Amino acid sequence: MIPRSATFRANSRAALDNPELVRALGTMKTGFRQKRAAAVDALPEFDALRDRAVAMKNHTLDHLDHYLESFADKVEAAGGTVHWATDAEAARQQVLEICRAHGAHTVTKGKSMIAEEVGLNEALEDAGMRPVETDLGEYIIQLRREPPSHIIAPAIHVSKAQVADAFRAAHGDLDPARELDTPRALLDEARAVLRHDFTAADVGITGANLLIAETGATVIVTNEGNGDLTQLLPRVHIVLASLEKVVPTLDDASLILRLLARSATGQTASSYTSFSLGPRRPEDADGPQAFHVILLDNGRSEMLGNGFREMLRCIRCAACMNHCPVYGAVGGHAYGWVYPGPMGSVLTPALIGIDKAAPLPEASTLCGRCEAVCPMRIPLPGLLRQWRARAHDQRLSPPAMRRGLAAWGWLAARPRLYHPLNRLAAVALGRLGRRRGGFARLPLAGGWTKSRDLPAPEGDTFQARYRRGARRP
Amino acid sequence: MVVPEGQTCCGQPADNSGDVATARAVARGLIRAFEDCDYVVAPSGSCASTLRHRYPVLLADDPALAEPARALAGKTHELTCFLADVLDHVPAGMAWPGVAVYHDSCAGLRELGIKAQPRRLLAAVEGLTVLDAAEPEECCGFGGTFAVKYPEVSTRMVEAKASDLEATGADLVLGGDLGCLLNIAGRLRRRGGRPMEVRHVAEVLAGARHVPPIGAPGEGAGR
Repeated sequence: MIPRSATFRANSRAALDNPELVRALGTMKTGFRQKRAAAVDALPEFDALRDRAVAMKNHTLDHLDHYLESFADKVEAAGGTVHWATDAEAARQQVLEICRAHGAHTVTKGKSMIAEEVGLNEALEDAGMRPVETDLGEYIIQLRREPPSHIIAPAIHVSKAQVADAFRAAHGDLDPARELDTPRALLDEARAVLRHDFTAADVGITGANLLIAETGATVIVTNEGNGDLTQLLPRVHIVLASLEKVVPTLDDASLILRLLARSATGQTASSYTSFSLGPRRPEDADGPQAFHVILLDNGRSEMLGNGFREMLRCIRCAACMNHCPVYGAVGGHAYGWVYPGPMGSVLTPALIGIDKAAPLPEASTLCGRCEAVCPMRIPLPGLLRQWRARAHDQRLSPPAMRRGLAAWGWLAARPRLYHPLNRLAAVALGRLGRRRGGFARLPLAGGWTKSRDLPAPEGDTFQARYRRGARRP
Repeated sequence: MVVPEGQTCCGQPADNSGDVATARAVARGLIRAFEDCDYVVAPSGSCASTLRHRYPVLLADDPALAEPARALAGKTHELTCFLADVLDHVPAGMAWPGVAVYHDSCAGLRELGIKAQPRRLLAAVEGLTVLDAAEPEECCGFGGTFAVKYPEVSTRMVEAKASDLEATGADLVLGGDLGCLLNIAGRLRRRGGRPMEVRHVAEVLAGARHVPPIGAPGEGAGR
């Protein structure tokens, strides 16, 4: 997927003008927020769990090589194969190789952000295979040929009517006069269509929410059960996961699971929490004949040492974007790549380069709500600040802004100049603006005055009035 | 009480824009200007938070200023915190009849824990009822340079805030951060809904009724 993060401002304008998106985001925001708040309120030890999870994950990241090797050994001991992918291209080639070796035609997929990150569907299609997304939201956006706009609700931007349109276009063999007005009807149709693909699939690909070092198990959480059908029915199961998903023990996994569903959807646990370990054993009733895990780095090991390590604690719950006022205004596509919202604005520059994503760290008021709700206590505003500093150092911010700041900074470090000039501005603007109270237009302030008045100063600076002895207001 | 003339701005615009060198240069002057004070009080959550939380980080590696930056951070207070928590002040004999809605600024709320302090102070003002909006923790969309870097997004955010505040039925918006108040007042006036006055909480605590509200026509108090 070609990143469009550099044009965030234009992307965001288009999003703000899209009435269907605005409607969808309105309901999304209140729904997710209320459910999370209720779930957190009902669990008095939530904050204590957060502290434990942070400590556990920090420890894991300090010893990442050890836990990854331990995980890989356990997978191999169970009869599975582990592949190490340094970048997206390596991961795509490993998937294609496995699929070709098994003569795959139909490939079912559980929801995986890593598959989005490496652009897997395009690669499978280009190789003549048929990838089928089986998560309802992912299925919808696959039909619409667009990227997800949210990491746990990929089709949050799509209205019911738009889903019906996509289904009518894709399911041409069904009665054109059928009723598709209710969520139930849409769901039933998707299930009926996908049922064929589940049984026809040669390879099933899932992501992983967790990798457990002590057992070698991979864990996915889903609400639709599609993940189980994807990983149990085909001959081959491929797990595509990024390095930082590993946790030391089963207990550590359950710690994360307690935080994850509550932070994401407000559930105490998702409907399905499925563990996979190796291929089917003789005594197993079902399961794949071959089991592969592809471990993707794609810039993450570099994040261990470049100041952004804390971002690797992320468990992809989406609480940050659900509570972000900027995401709530523009939705996920405006961010221009795979990961939107505050976590995306920190992660995207780390994965594709700050030069291709410089507007993202700026797309925040640093209001801090993301950090307040993050179950892993990732200091997202602080990390956004770090990216801003790097963008500034690399001269990626607009030249006019840089020059303006430098000039203002020069002045602000010189009180004897700063105060008289400040006063001149306060007096002049006060005189000009007092009749109306504010300015509807002002040179160089168009960004502000296009949509709001600029309130006029009262007529003098506090400093000057204080010096005159005006102690009373 | 002193108002040192060596002070200018806290440097937030540069700091929030990633211009760390400029932010440091401005911070150095401020640290020196307040060296002799026991308390530093700022009528703004985001400025106070910059001194409290950002200065020690910005100057952590400066051998001469790391310690003074930490000292300044420890003695800096936002105005309503200082009045309520440090002085345990109860406004006496103040009256301001009306219904107000309090806007919690993000920096004050989440970086300094300011929520109860202004409400406690305002509760002692006779005749004043203080309401909360439906989404009191939502950002108003100001964000310093954000408001001009992404004016369309900022406008959508402040429009939502204006509607939320208006829906409370209050006739007065109070807050502790000028940035938010400029943004909110500017949008309220532009959208032309139900007229609401916008004021800094200090104006009510000081009984400054004759001072025109932010963005409203008036003679101005400075002359």
